[in-house]
Amino acid sequence: MPSPHTLPRRFRPWLVAAVSVPILALAAGRGAPASERTGTDPVIIRIDNFTFGPETLTVAPGTTVTWVNGDDIPHTVVAQNKLFRSRTLDTDDRYSFTFEAPGEYAYFCSLHPHMTGTVVVRRPTN
Amino acid sequence: MQDPESHHPPGTLSRRGALECMTWAGTGLLWSLGGGLPRAVGLTRALAAEEPPAPFTFLQISDSHVGFNKPANPDASGTLREAVAMIRQLPEKPAFIIHTGDISHLSKEQEFDDADQILRDTGVPLFFVPGEHDLLDDDQGRSYRDRFGRGTRGAGWYSFDREGVHFIGLVNVVDLKAGGLGNLGTDQLAWLERDVAGLSASTPVVVFAHIPLWTVYPEWGWGTQDGARVLACLRRFGSVTVLNGHIHQIIQKVEGNVSFHTARSTAFPQPAPGTASSPGPMKVPAGELRKVLGITRLNLIHGREPLAIIDTPLAG
Ligand SMILES: [Cu+2]
Repeated sequence: MPSPHTLPRRFRPWLVAAVSVPILALAAGRGAPASERTGTDPVIIRIDNFTFGPETLTVAPGTTVTWVNGDDIPHTVVAQNKLFRSRTLDTDDRYSFTFEAPGEYAYFCSLHPHMTGTVVVRRPTN
Repeated sequence: MQDPESHHPPGTLSRRGALECMTWAGTGLLWSLGGGLPRAVGLTRALAAEEPPAPFTFLQISDSHVGFNKPANPDASGTLREAVAMIRQLPEKPAFIIHTGDISHLSKEQEFDDADQILRDTGVPLFFVPGEHDLLDDDQGRSYRDRFGRGTRGAGWYSFDREGVHFIGLVNVVDLKAGGLGNLGTDQLAWLERDVAGLSASTPVVVFAHIPLWTVYPEWGWGTQDGARVLACLRRFGSVTVLNGHIHQIIQKVEGNVSFHTARSTAFPQPAPGTASSPGPMKVPAGELRKVLGITRLNLIHGREPLAIIDTPLAG
């Protein structure tokens, strides 16, 4: 039974705001072909079938990465070093985090800890 | 396939009866059913079976996911109500009900309210342990503990005694580690050791928790990292029954004196291990849903081991 708390996502004004946030995807670093996205594409990690995709994502410092939950089950995005932690993401919910410092950021779903992923932050070579 | 039907009323076969083994093709998983073990029977047979008088019956229900409204079951509250109606019609009134977690889908106050209202209609006391879906509030479980976990320890563990049986409710859905399975933690395990220290080995023990305490399918997180330490703690007991939920299907096995059993959900089924791309909610054809949802009855017949376990679908 739908409760007042489970209105379809598209009616939520904050989601619209989240979508329109300008996302500065800088040139991709080594390991992520530049042809995959342009400087203005949103950098998305999808959560489908209890899997983060891509499992490993390489971005330049300053990139905002957005996770989108496509499953019928809620998930979370939690950094193993505790740098970031999403609230519970229900179906179609999103979470964004901007990676400033180079490094490897391992994360997982705190509800389904077998779900793991890594964001590699690396300066472009040129 | 995960729900073998028995044509024998529970308890009519000896413990040493022939073992039937079933294998999930392609997964290498093996599980066994044998005489005297927990068995699954259909509703009509369960209601009609002429069993010896059972002096003590309690129920397990699990994974009601109140608030879930996706295609696999647009009305999880409705199917929970059906389960409650079924409980009210059971020939023998259960002493109490154990709910093995995922009461709500998203830990919202409204979901907990609705679940509470619906479950109250059973007219019997309820004992709970939380599932991971019950600890999603900003205070990571405060709502659950205030409502369903009063008087418990830590994240919600506790024990109690009824009819000479020692019942232990454990929490294995907190502080999960990346790459890992369900987790109990050292505090809870230390408490458990103290809790059972004074018990005679002849005391029947029932231990219940949300995620299976044994490893069912680690690829989907279906197991508990430190679950073996619970079993080590209970090894000296003559009869141990382990009741879990989380995987929304019946899986059972026996190891020595320990009977393991997972219950159906009252909300939606999940696929058998390895048979789908993920463990997410499984949409079944219209008319089939109530055959894969259900409740579990447990009968203790004094002097006979182990507890008889009877799974009953909501329909079919
Ligand atoms: Cu998850």
